[in-house]
Amino acid sequence: MDLRTLTEINAPAGHEQALRRALLEEVRSMGLIPYLDRMGNVVCVKEGTGPAPRKRVMISAHMDEVGLIVVSATEDGFLRVTPVGGVDPRVVISKRVLVGDDNLPGVIGATAIHLQSAADRRHVLGYNEIYVDIGAKDKAEAEGKAPKGTYISFDTKYVEYGDGFACAKAFDDRVGVHTILEVLKEDYPVDVIAVFSSEEEVGCRGAKGAAFSTEPDMGIVLEGTTCNDLGDVPDPLQVCKAGQGVAVSFMDGASIANRELFKKALALGQEQNIPCQVKSSVSGGNDGGVIQRAREGVPVVVLSVPCRYIHSPSTVIKLSDAKSQLDLTKALLRAI
Amino acid sequence: MFELLKKVLAPVGPSGLEGPVAAAITEEIRPYVDTIETDALGNLIATKLGKGENPRKVMISAHMDHIGYIVTGVEKEGYLRVTNVGGIGMDASLTRHVVFQNGVHGVVVCEPVEGNKQLRHLFVDIGAADKDEALKMVSLGDVAVYANDCFALGAHRVASPAMDDRCACALLVKLLQTLGETEDTVIALFSVQEEVGCRGAKVASFAKEPDVGIALDVTLWGDTPGTSQPDIKLGEGCAIKIMDRGSISNPALREELIACGEKAGVKTQREVLPYGGTDASAMQTSRGGIPVCTVSIPCRYVHSACEVIDLRDMDAALKVLTAYLK
Repeated sequence: MDLRTLTEINAPAGHEQALRRALLEEVRSMGLIPYLDRMGNVVCVKEGTGPAPRKRVMISAHMDEVGLIVVSATEDGFLRVTPVGGVDPRVVISKRVLVGDDNLPGVIGATAIHLQSAADRRHVLGYNEIYVDIGAKDKAEAEGKAPKGTYISFDTKYVEYGDGFACAKAFDDRVGVHTILEVLKEDYPVDVIAVFSSEEEVGCRGAKGAAFSTEPDMGIVLEGTTCNDLGDVPDPLQVCKAGQGVAVSFMDGASIANRELFKKALALGQEQNIPCQVKSSVSGGNDGGVIQRAREGVPVVVLSVPCRYIHSPSTVIKLSDAKSQLDLTKALLRAI
Repeated sequence: MFELLKKVLAPVGPSGLEGPVAAAITEEIRPYVDTIETDALGNLIATKLGKGENPRKVMISAHMDHIGYIVTGVEKEGYLRVTNVGGIGMDASLTRHVVFQNGVHGVVVCEPVEGNKQLRHLFVDIGAADKDEALKMVSLGDVAVYANDCFALGAHRVASPAMDDRCACALLVKLLQTLGETEDTVIALFSVQEEVGCRGAKVASFAKEPDVGIALDVTLWGDTPGTSQPDIKLGEGCAIKIMDRGSISNPALREELIACGEKAGVKTQREVLPYGGTDASAMQTSRGGIPVCTVSIPCRYVHSACEVIDLRDMDAALKVLTAYLK
């Protein structure tokens, strides 16, 4: 399954059904046996080729993406929404969205520039001032089509452009999902516990259950991460750079990388000419935090693809970085 | 105690990189315990088996990790940009001598700013001529801590940067060395990553399933000019925690520890701390829940390069714990 297909599936946190179904089918078609756990994670254990006892290495990528959820409808038929996961209200204005499982078209409205005062133009709209227009004639029609709790996703088509870049929604973390699918095509000496996790964007809830139930010896988290390599940002604040390879984290808001794994990842990158860079910001968190703290503790390392404009309807990656993430993951699984 | 304290204070061991501390402690405790193990996160767990029938398992933790500055970038002129590992404050960061685990020294400096100083304004000067030279000395992700500078302050007190929580590590080492036979099994947990959220104690208490948990940590003070809270004074004995932001101590255990102080003839102080948390918070909510309490060493200027404790309070804590286990 390619990145186009993966990113165009809608799977906001807590409502990953569409992607779950697609992944279960895809993994089965590879001759492997996936299962669904109680938190909605898709898990597939691929036995290693090495002699027993083998290390059990969990590789995880989260299925879910950020989105919006309907909280009410106004008298004149507009939907009030709140974000699911971190979505900057500044990036959603005037974007097209898909509402509910039937993908009803909608658009996020705001007052036309002609009608704004000078003060309005300096004011950032909050979610209490933003609405989704689905063309409903009144409250009853809006509530009928999109009752409270209906999920909303960005309507973005995948596009490749420029010098090997691609733009889509949900690269965070469909790049990781894609990498796992590719990893599963080959054999490794260790047992690979592939986890497509749920609800990462709202607090790594899926991976917490999966790390507890699968009892891994080690965790490799495959992520999309912030990338701030824009012209006016001083070098040390850029976090990581698109096109410079997979980003290896020493620490983020949720976990400190196992130092041996961190060093091993960088050393393997250098030995095998796999472009990689050190992620230079201690921010955010991901499944690594809960995997590390499962049961008796699990050493973890996080390998991320730099994502410009992350958590927006238009996220940009350099495709070569996704390739580096895949290559480094395979190298690690063979070297552990 | 002072000599032991100096040994345990010396290693450079920021959160996530506690190896050298574990090595120093292992050397001190080996003859006094039945087993020593290191887990996946780097916790050092030493067990002293109880002689009783079906002995209770009492886990006593002290964290090895120390707050620090982690390198996030290098300016082309060779200055390091850093961010905090654990609770680094700006006031304590100004023009400080720091050291990395590989021995490289540096000075933390704040660039001139109008208004609020923030972590992003800090840089570390390691004497490098440029970025290339700096990257030969340290790598992204390396962590610096306040350089070890341990000295006696008056007759009873000691100042050092790593007092939080190496004074408790030294106390726990001393307890293992002097305890002798007990009914209870004592699981001494020298934990990792407390300063970033008690991560080590969480996994160790899952693994060891203790019946009782006691965290040893420093607590804040209210006895210097301009302070009054918490109502804790240096030299007035160890503090028995009633509550902080992370845990509410089990009332029976807490009163038992206070009674142990009376029995042993040492002073204790009742502690209510409106901030912070200790490994007790992680132990308390492990598995089906564990009764916990924290025994605190009052410490002035916590999270600065000069954390001050009173050796008499450490001695009181040692006697309370010994009385509890005997």
